[in-house]
Amino acid sequence: MQRLPYLKESPSQTAGPYVHIGCTPNFCGINGVYDEDPGARMVDERTQGARITLSGVVYDGMDAPMKDVMVEIWQADAAGIYPGNDPRGNADPHFTGWGRKAGDYATGEWVFETIKPGRVPFKDGRMMAPHITLWIVARGINTGLHTRIYFPDEDAVNAEDPVLMRLEHKSRIPTLIAEKTGPGAYRFDVRLHGERETIFFDI
Amino acid sequence: MSDGSFFQRDRGRHPPAYSAGYKSSILRSPTRAPISMDNTLSEMTGPVFGHHQLGPLDSDLILNFAKPGEMPVGQRIIVHGRVLDGNGRGVPDALLEVWQANAGGRYRHARETYLAALDPNFGGCGRVMTGEDGSYAIRTIKPGAYPWPNGPNDWRPAHIHFSVFGSGFAQRLITQMYFEGDPMIALCPIVRTIPTQEAIDSLTALYDPQATVPMDARAYRFDIVLRGRRSTLFENRMEGN
Ligand SMILES: [Fe+3]
Repeated sequence: MQRLPYLKESPSQTAGPYVHIGCTPNFCGINGVYDEDPGARMVDERTQGARITLSGVVYDGMDAPMKDVMVEIWQADAAGIYPGNDPRGNADPHFTGWGRKAGDYATGEWVFETIKPGRVPFKDGRMMAPHITLWIVARGINTGLHTRIYFPDEDAVNAEDPVLMRLEHKSRIPTLIAEKTGPGAYRFDVRLHGERETIFFDI
Repeated sequence: MSDGSFFQRDRGRHPPAYSAGYKSSILRSPTRAPISMDNTLSEMTGPVFGHHQLGPLDSDLILNFAKPGEMPVGQRIIVHGRVLDGNGRGVPDALLEVWQANAGGRYRHARETYLAALDPNFGGCGRVMTGEDGSYAIRTIKPGAYPWPNGPNDWRPAHIHFSVFGSGFAQRLITQMYFEGDPMIALCPIVRTIPTQEAIDSLTALYDPQATVPMDARAYRFDIVLRGRRSTLFENRMEGN
């Protein structure tokens, strides 16, 4: 018998409390190495689509805000195409699709200025509801946490989203849906423990 | 390209979310199992970076923060290797971001509490993109070990933090590189979150005399493996693909 020599993935390690040095150096006062922190800007004046502000806080198991968190988002453009390497074609050249923010040192809050994404097809061609992938790292998180942010003003398409539909515990679905806090403003708080523990995905 | 889903992540190779020896993980680990989901386009695609977005000194931590004509204190080293996927193929255009303490084990960070001295010529951040064959190299100062508040007397082994982007967001990885021969590795509660010795060894860079620059810098070799993509041998292709 022959066992095929696939290589094993490098194991994850915590990003630690000093992740800012490598990922958002300007944010933590290391200026002059990079012009701008990677992922700081996702849109410009010419980006297509409805502008939104997406903010949130990640809460630990004692409901304390995680002030040293770093989060990244990845999303499609307004037409539902991912920038960069989407096999279906080219996305809006004025949209990066990827953003990175450190939590505020005092409050833990992170804020993205982006656009509302379009719908993207599931593997079988059914359309998924508009959503944004959120990835969370921090001291104490051994492997980055993946979740999805859905929109509260999309009830009809959320109800037929192929990923949400196959979740067994329907009572947890609200943990994946942002809250609308104003025109074009959404809030997505993440909880690591408790009754309202956010759903994380093993993708 | 992004036309295959990724091999499922082998959770047994990664640290569990909760590891009692690493106290910060206790309140920062989800209590419920993550929900398995097949990759969709949202996970198979990922941000694409360009070599032109990087500055010429980004991969040289010896010079990228130093005052003109000055240099940081410490042992000069080269860290190089390849980023590979699970199929053993080099991953081109992968973005690696690194951060580390200075030679004395001190980070340039507002929350740092270790009393070792800051080095006015060392920032501790750098980045590099892989070439066509997945290879990369950075030049830096060997970081020092440092104490941290966990147990009463825990010290981190010398290490460099790595953040890695492959071609799909499902490959996103943050890890740490250790140095061959360091007795602190086996004692570290963060290292010990990793379930197997073989997986720990895969994060330990080997001294590489061949790549050493005489009278200048020693070299360490560190390969990183990202999840591979499934081949699409019998997949029905949609019309137009
Ligand atoms: Fe560290």
